[in-house]
Amino acid sequence: MSKNIKVNVEYLTRVEGHGNIVVNVKDGKLEECRLDIIESPRFFEGMLRGRSIFEAQHITSRICGICACGHTLASIQAAEDALGFIPSEQTIKLRKLLLHLENLDSHILHIYLLVAPDILGVKSFVPLIQTHNVVVRRALRMKKACNDACDILVGRHVHPISCIVGGFTKLPREKELNRMLEILNGLRPDMEATVELAKTFAFPQFSRETEYVGLVNDHGEFPMLSGEIGSTDGLRLNKKDYLKLTNEFVVSHSSAKFTKASRQSYAVGALARFNLNCDKLHPQAKELAKVLGMKPIVDNPYLNTVAQLIECVHSLEESIEILQEFKTKGVDCSQEIVVGLNEKGTIPVKAGNGVGAVEVPRGILFHNYEIDNKGKIVNANCIIPTGQNLNNIELDMAALVPQILDKSQEEITLLMEMLVRAYDPCISCSAHFLNVKFVGR
Amino acid sequence: MSKPKVAFFDFSCCEGCQLQVANFGEALLDILGLIDVVMFREVMSEKSEVYDVAIVEGSITTTHDVERIKKIRATAKVLIAYGSCATIGGINGMKNNFDLEDIKQYVYKQDAKYFETIPTHPLHKIVKVDYFVHGCPVYQPEFVKVLKCALAGLSYVVPDYAVCVECRFNENVCMFDKGISCMGPVTRAGCNSWCINNGNICYGCRGMVSNPAKNGQMDILKKHNISLDWVENKMNMYNKPRELDIDEQKHKG
Repeated sequence: MSKNIKVNVEYLTRVEGHGNIVVNVKDGKLEECRLDIIESPRFFEGMLRGRSIFEAQHITSRICGICACGHTLASIQAAEDALGFIPSEQTIKLRKLLLHLENLDSHILHIYLLVAPDILGVKSFVPLIQTHNVVVRRALRMKKACNDACDILVGRHVHPISCIVGGFTKLPREKELNRMLEILNGLRPDMEATVELAKTFAFPQFSRETEYVGLVNDHGEFPMLSGEIGSTDGLRLNKKDYLKLTNEFVVSHSSAKFTKASRQSYAVGALARFNLNCDKLHPQAKELAKVLGMKPIVDNPYLNTVAQLIECVHSLEESIEILQEFKTKGVDCSQEIVVGLNEKGTIPVKAGNGVGAVEVPRGILFHNYEIDNKGKIVNANCIIPTGQNLNNIELDMAALVPQILDKSQEEITLLMEMLVRAYDPCISCSAHFLNVKFVGR
Repeated sequence: MSKPKVAFFDFSCCEGCQLQVANFGEALLDILGLIDVVMFREVMSEKSEVYDVAIVEGSITTTHDVERIKKIRATAKVLIAYGSCATIGGINGMKNNFDLEDIKQYVYKQDAKYFETIPTHPLHKIVKVDYFVHGCPVYQPEFVKVLKCALAGLSYVVPDYAVCVECRFNENVCMFDKGISCMGPVTRAGCNSWCINNGNICYGCRGMVSNPAKNGQMDILKKHNISLDWVENKMNMYNKPRELDIDEQKHKG
């Protein structure tokens, strides 16, 4: 076959941040296949130097508007680890609730607004307002419900206010617990309708053996906020050794930085979590996985969207359980802390080095801070899920292209776009850091 | 009358302010009934070179950005700077606290040469801005107000009194009375004292009031034994690019 194909998707849409897809096939042979990152660097790690460790959450939340709560929680965990501060059980439970709400919010945005248009053959949700009005309304209603619950818990979802090092500056009273429960219970019928809709989605057939990485533990809880680093290849590391996982390296033919663990590349995210921990999902989520025919190890990257759907059910049901437990036991509001700047020295400060490892919507996120004896940040490092996935996305692309050469240029372009979108890449997140790939710059 | 064509653009930012639009819920459909969104890369694949209103998030941080915002300005009849990164430089401005070569080296090491960067500029330092929606993130009710004004061709005046005014209406205990310093007294209102309502302090994300009553502020700092360094440190979080204005004034003599 002597086919020439040139795909050049500039400013890939319906993803967070700026990226280009470049595919070049000459005489039926794949010559080039890249996902270029064109987001302007923002230098967060550099800007953190000299700042108080108590300001890190406020600043790093602003890395990303979609996973602001995830960055908040990873940042707080790293800071508390560096300070040697152990948060209360109540604090941890409320943080878990926050993470569930963000997962739900982010996955719904991805499934409905970013992925569904491809499946339904339109360019965005806008034409769907006419053709699938009920679906668009449901999507916006669900998105708002998650957002409203976050507003109650932490002030707002985009850059949470009350969730800081040490705990919460404002804790939910009975009235607020009831309101959140009402909102989440109200989400259930919409979630059922979402599941029914998703059952009709046909995803492209493609698979490639992949190492999946995420948090793991030795007990029954689905690990989101604690645990060790694990992989489907049997890797097991303490979170402090995250650099042994990410293994950033430079290859001679380009200035790109790659990450790899046991093999050429690895993947993180909802599909990785499903493959590693599906036996620990909420029974309802497990049931859904069975109905959808999802059985580990699933190595079709397009099915990350299905794994997200399963996680939505898990997060919704666990959130409701956490809230019900608080309703029965009550929230101890004496744990409310005055403010995050520690001006009163409520948290003793010492020199240290701390790591936060949190499962955020797009996969495992690491924050690492080194602080001096005054609590000033000396060094900072953040490794973002999308950054860890970039290498894997490119290898998927390279494996997929030869399989679909008989298709038209438009079909190939769409399949490539859908592949990248399936990973739900958060390019504005990943481009701020060292492990950015910038092939072709 | 045909619906005005609206396009969303983003520069250096977290895209959180655009996300605030998606968070309107079903009310978004009412807004979409009044305008024709022709471009919104985060959630739409449609593209258009023709638009009446440009809503721009993010700061200008590269020479490429400078050219791009100039093009957008040349096309749009109305330009709205959307969120702190666009209106005052915001958190991106913290970069200006450092030597640019030094910070590039720190983050990208031997690959620093691949990253071209200029000091963080808010949009109005490069092009004319017709409307400002401050905040990190933007406060939705204010965005709706500004959008209404922009569509009706009316001007929108950003409140030029301190966050404290709204904070008092919300019956919050003053942070200073709790022994905690806060940027509320020098920061523009309009957010309904969002952060203080939730137990945190004001970080100054909406920019400074035009007349911060310097002497009065010094008295407050003295009374509560708060060092000027604290204030400067916080000022340099969101408001560092204000120095571009000061430099400009100096040049004008």
